[in-house]
Amino acid sequence: MTASKTPTSGAGQPAPEVGFTQRARARLGLLTVVPTLTWWVIFLVLPIGLVLVTAFFKGAPYGEIIYEPGFGNLVRATDPLYLGVLWHSVVIATITTAICLVLGYPAAYFIATRPQARTRTVLLMLVILPFWTNFLIRTYAWIILLNREGVVNGILKRIGLIDEPLSLLYNDAAVVLGLVYGYLPLMILPLYAAIERINPQVLEAAADLGARPLRVLRTVVLPLIIPGVVAGVVFVFVPSLGNIPVPELLGGGRSEMIGNLINRQFLTTRDWPFGSMLVLLLLLILMGLLVLQSLVLRRNRKVRIDD
Amino acid sequence: MTNRGRNPLLVVYMGALLAFLYLPIAILIVLSFNDSKLAMVWRGFSLRWYEELMHDGDMLTSIRNTLVIALIATLISVVFGTLLAFGLERHTRSAALENGVYLPLMIPDVVTGIGLLSFFTAITFPLGTGSVIIAHSVWGIAFAAAIVRTRLRGFDRAVEEASLDLGMREVPTFLRITLPIIWPGIVAAALVVFTLSIDEFIIAYFTAGQTVTFPIQVYSMIRFGVTPEINAVATIMLLFSMVLILTAYLFARPRPGRRSADAEEPTT
Repeated sequence: MTASKTPTSGAGQPAPEVGFTQRARARLGLLTVVPTLTWWVIFLVLPIGLVLVTAFFKGAPYGEIIYEPGFGNLVRATDPLYLGVLWHSVVIATITTAICLVLGYPAAYFIATRPQARTRTVLLMLVILPFWTNFLIRTYAWIILLNREGVVNGILKRIGLIDEPLSLLYNDAAVVLGLVYGYLPLMILPLYAAIERINPQVLEAAADLGARPLRVLRTVVLPLIIPGVVAGVVFVFVPSLGNIPVPELLGGGRSEMIGNLINRQFLTTRDWPFGSMLVLLLLLILMGLLVLQSLVLRRNRKVRIDD
Repeated sequence: MTNRGRNPLLVVYMGALLAFLYLPIAILIVLSFNDSKLAMVWRGFSLRWYEELMHDGDMLTSIRNTLVIALIATLISVVFGTLLAFGLERHTRSAALENGVYLPLMIPDVVTGIGLLSFFTAITFPLGTGSVIIAHSVWGIAFAAAIVRTRLRGFDRAVEEASLDLGMREVPTFLRITLPIIWPGIVAAALVVFTLSIDEFIIAYFTAGQTVTFPIQVYSMIRFGVTPEINAVATIMLLFSMVLILTAYLFARPRPGRRSADAEEPTT
């Protein structure tokens, strides 16, 4: 027992006590992980499991749950009304993610290619810092800017471009703007990490060996950057898809997303089983995204090896 | 480095991007000092909205609730998270555990919030300060573990072994050798979790019941419309979060000039 464990131990252990220390360490190891895992099983796994199960029960008026399993909620969710909101959410989240990628890439590239480490750190910090502040307040800042008596309308009026204030809030564009503003840092961070890892000498070597720029891009740069892109896409898409405050505050009910629908089922309509089914569908979409992610990453690794 | 990235267009772009990120916040901060109720009328510098805030009982209650929640959730997160960081770094090679640890951070807030609302209701656990503390600790532990771990990774275990070799027992060694070395990581983790907790809205919104936390209070104020008082409280919160996070960064960053292992990049 003791002997079989020895190879895994670190170097420099005092020999006679190895057995005791190893066993003590193993027990210690269990102690470090078990409390958190227990905590997570009780307060994360069980609750989500409960929601998934509730999705197949029936809701009654006044918020009761009738414990008869069935697919009624699933059938109801395929109503064009709900499917429309689901589709709308996916579209909004996709557009948000695409804009973040387009806006974030040049910034990440710029930061990653600063020659001084200090400049890189400061710029990266500046980009990330807003992300650590209150999300509601950052969303609210856009209400100040865009409402009818807001700053943007005020400026446009003062310079004489418009006579009547424009309705800039309460549409899809305002929702996308709010989401991009909120989650752009989450795109820039992984992109930066990926770009920074590219060694310029490798690019020079590829060019010296006769690779044309496009080929360098395809076989050297892209495979290195794609993991960063994939991470950024997931980081932005996930919180955008299930977002509640932005469509509520900047969309004003006119650009409802799945999160708002879930919110209403739980806190207003009080049809928890149907709300749970919507949560289940949201999770299914996200799992689809994760499958897509692993497919892209696997393909990416193959490209690297093949070429 | 070659001449790549010296494009003046990119410099302009970076400036524009930072303006996009900071201008809305900056306007908010400026307006919080505006004596006028109207955004487009500057009636002079005034602290009246801050004064009004000091007499807003609901607001003060919500701030107190949020501070209590954040303090206790941070404590739980840091204790469990530090233990977990040790476990992951030294006691297990399990890939499933390795990936599973970050799962709480990947689950959308609305799912966590709804899950806990259903769960607490099912077991008739009262919704309030306690339930929000538990809810925040769920992702707080994951954050704390990730941050403490980066500190542990650059840890030179020879100092621990030296201490053991010299006859100090394991627990005193941990307290007097290990803990002081990883302490900055623990402080950074605490500051980050605390900041996230005081700003967290969705999960608290579903699990707080009748208790009003600070973000919930701000949310209901925003829904009633734009008032300069929100600008004032927003300004305080923004600056508070930024100071906390910058402090966390100063604690977490590797010290220059120390052992090179300290600055080692995490391997993926």
